[in-house]
Amino acid sequence: MKKLKLKELESCLQQVDTFESPKLLLEQYPTRPHIAACMLYTIHNTFDDIENKTIADLGCGCGMLSIGSAMLGAGFCVGLDIDADALEIFNSNIEELELTNVNMVQCDICSLSDSMSDTFDTVIMNPPFGTKHNKGIDMIFLKTALQMAKTAVYSLHKTSTRQHIQKKAAEWEVKMEVLAELRFDLPASYKFHKKKSVDIEVDFIRFSAKKVLN
Amino acid sequence: MKLLTHNLLSSHVPGLRPGGGFPLRIELGRPSELPPEPLPNSESDEEFLRRVHHVLLEVEVLEGSLQCPDSGRRFPISKGVPNLLLSEDEA
Repeated sequence: MKKLKLKELESCLQQVDTFESPKLLLEQYPTRPHIAACMLYTIHNTFDDIENKTIADLGCGCGMLSIGSAMLGAGFCVGLDIDADALEIFNSNIEELELTNVNMVQCDICSLSDSMSDTFDTVIMNPPFGTKHNKGIDMIFLKTALQMAKTAVYSLHKTSTRQHIQKKAAEWEVKMEVLAELRFDLPASYKFHKKKSVDIEVDFIRFSAKKVLN
Repeated sequence: MKLLTHNLLSSHVPGLRPGGGFPLRIELGRPSELPPEPLPNSESDEEFLRRVHHVLLEVEVLEGSLQCPDSGRRFPISKGVPNLLLSEDEA
């Protein structure tokens, strides 16, 4: 497989169609191609957790991270999301890009508990942050991801929650490494946003998977 | 939905016995052409491996449903995507 450069990956990801009408309560917004490309490049080149591996993308939305993983040589990718409209866009993206090793499942991550323990090598996700009447959802996604992954979980979380996450990671006995501090420039996708865009500080974190989580 | 994806899924209808809800029974919209039972000593048989690879990764169920073996609850598959969402009164 031809080795994909970061710039090439980013321009491929710019072709990915995203949400037509993002749903407020689900915190839907597309992971920017630049951010997705940088994340995936690090996961692939520094940690070798993508090529020929099985990958799950929790809260996949339109599939930016799954598609990028497939382009970097993942063995098999499964995207999981609760929203049928997002998955439909994801599906059309896959068809257009002619990807053969990507599948998706419609489900509620919050009700999976441990039914998919140790089913994937790697979990890569940009989970909801818990800002829309769904406080704590980021930790539910994280816990479920850690149960599903055999090797590692790569996730994005608000920098303001870093201490809380460190505490939980210690409790769950998983190793946590902040790989980068990012700034999300979320455009005013919802009508009530007063400013044109909102800046949120976000940590890109790698968690080592754990065998047993209570 | 590929067979490999199906292998990862289980039903989480509340009240199932531990380890229950797996495997989900595949019900197809039309008759299938899945191969018969595997023969013993097949792991080194390249032809067999090719067929397994084909069934696991190259066959997609587009329309049909998955049935929970314990509760009987059906989860629909539409346009290749299985829907495991429970309704509000089920969850």
